[in-house]
Amino acid sequence: MSDVLERVKKIVVDNLDVDGDKVVESASFIDDLGADSLDLVELVMAFEEEFNIEIPDDVQESIRTVGDAVTHIKAHI
Amino acid sequence: MSDRRVVITGIGIVSPLANGREATWERLIDGKSGAGRIDTFDPEDMPCKIAFQVPWVTGRGGGEGDPNAFDPDKYLSPKEIRRIDEFILYAIAAADEAVEDAAWKPEDDEGQERTGVLIGSGIGGLESIYSTAITLHENGPRKVSPFFIPSALINLASGQVSIRHKFKGPNHSVVTACATGAHAIGDSARLIKFGDADVMVAGGSEAVIGRIGIAGFCAAKAMSTNFNDTPEKASRPYDKDRDGFVMGEGAAVVVLEEYEHAKARGAKIYAEVSGYGLTGDAYHITAPAEGAEGGYRAMKMALKNSGIDPTEIDYVNAHGTSTPKGDEGEAGAVERAFGDHAKNMSMSSTKSAVGHLLGAAGAIETAFCALAIRDQVMPPTLNLDNPSFETVLDLIPHKAKKGRVRAAMSNSFGFGGTNASLVLKEVQ
Repeated sequence: MSDVLERVKKIVVDNLDVDGDKVVESASFIDDLGADSLDLVELVMAFEEEFNIEIPDDVQESIRTVGDAVTHIKAHI
Repeated sequence: MSDRRVVITGIGIVSPLANGREATWERLIDGKSGAGRIDTFDPEDMPCKIAFQVPWVTGRGGGEGDPNAFDPDKYLSPKEIRRIDEFILYAIAAADEAVEDAAWKPEDDEGQERTGVLIGSGIGGLESIYSTAITLHENGPRKVSPFFIPSALINLASGQVSIRHKFKGPNHSVVTACATGAHAIGDSARLIKFGDADVMVAGGSEAVIGRIGIAGFCAAKAMSTNFNDTPEKASRPYDKDRDGFVMGEGAAVVVLEEYEHAKARGAKIYAEVSGYGLTGDAYHITAPAEGAEGGYRAMKMALKNSGIDPTEIDYVNAHGTSTPKGDEGEAGAVERAFGDHAKNMSMSSTKSAVGHLLGAAGAIETAFCALAIRDQVMPPTLNLDNPSFETVLDLIPHKAKKGRVRAAMSNSFGFGGTNASLVLKEVQ
């Protein structure tokens, strides 16, 4: 379980072309990591693929930070 | 029409001969061919297994260390590359080179708002559509990328280039099959003449050498199938053994500029875009009208509004796709349009060396006309061993020809019966 954050981090770094140091749990995808709405859709698709889960559309909208993503993924794998 | 004149002040080229304007031109004049066996997929089940691919650092006839190879990492990050179709990638690269060549980087609002972009494509993101259709079919709608639509839309070449360079003037696109590049340049010149912009970044881009693109054109019986083992011999306009076109890919973009604007900032000028004609065949979806009647009228219109004497045209860059029917019709139409002067003229088809770039063809061929005027040399028609017909035109077989080029014409004809002719002339 502890590697969920690391796996999320890797996806975020690859998808958003950002420095790994910036990808902390409190980081907002849009405000801190420069994502736009299309980036977020692609990110969620990458999470779904990596963890073999489905993240419903209404939940997607509540995932704002790296920590939100980690919390949701941990609860569903 | 207004008396505003339009000149070319920058040229960018990504071609099957090389990435870059000067390398492409040098290899073209040297008589090199960019043809080879398709290596981006296994073409074994295709009737046509060859194409003119842009050499990449990763293959397609290029490789690491090849100075002429295209390296996408020089232009965009891996993330950005993943999110655009290759036709947009080529457009961005060609536009970068053209803008740098023109040394036009407006920082102020007025400069940015008076600069527009008009880059077209014949087909656009066909490969993206193809691969996404497979994903949708196999894995359902949740697996469709949010970047699919903006990677496939044809006007996103213009959109991406405008975002990259902050060009906030007219943002437009053209889709007229194999006449796209010529229409893009002709229409852009008119936008400048009309006063909507002072500078236009104009051209065409295409990247459909994939399974669906090749299969589609093969089904239409438009492509060469007799030269799969000798790819460099396949594109042979006017030759009696020609049997269809050979697909190319790449992009060409020119910077068009209002003459006084260019002069005021001391810009280098390649040539003036002085004439533009455009017509429809109203005849057939893929076959040209008898005697290239529509092409003939496009040439006459371009000559008329260029304001020059037709005897000043020394060189014609032909549409000349290497199809049995099209080549002879066009040559006859050129002879008819120029009358007695035809015997003094030279005409070549550079599709023999770079292939048919479809929506980028008219743009790269117009760029070649501008370079012919700059260097006073005309590129050859490769593989023209035995012409299938008699003509008074010098078709420049095999070897480039040095000679006076005061003005040049570029012809482009497309599926649907759409025709465009451009006249370029030297600026003294």
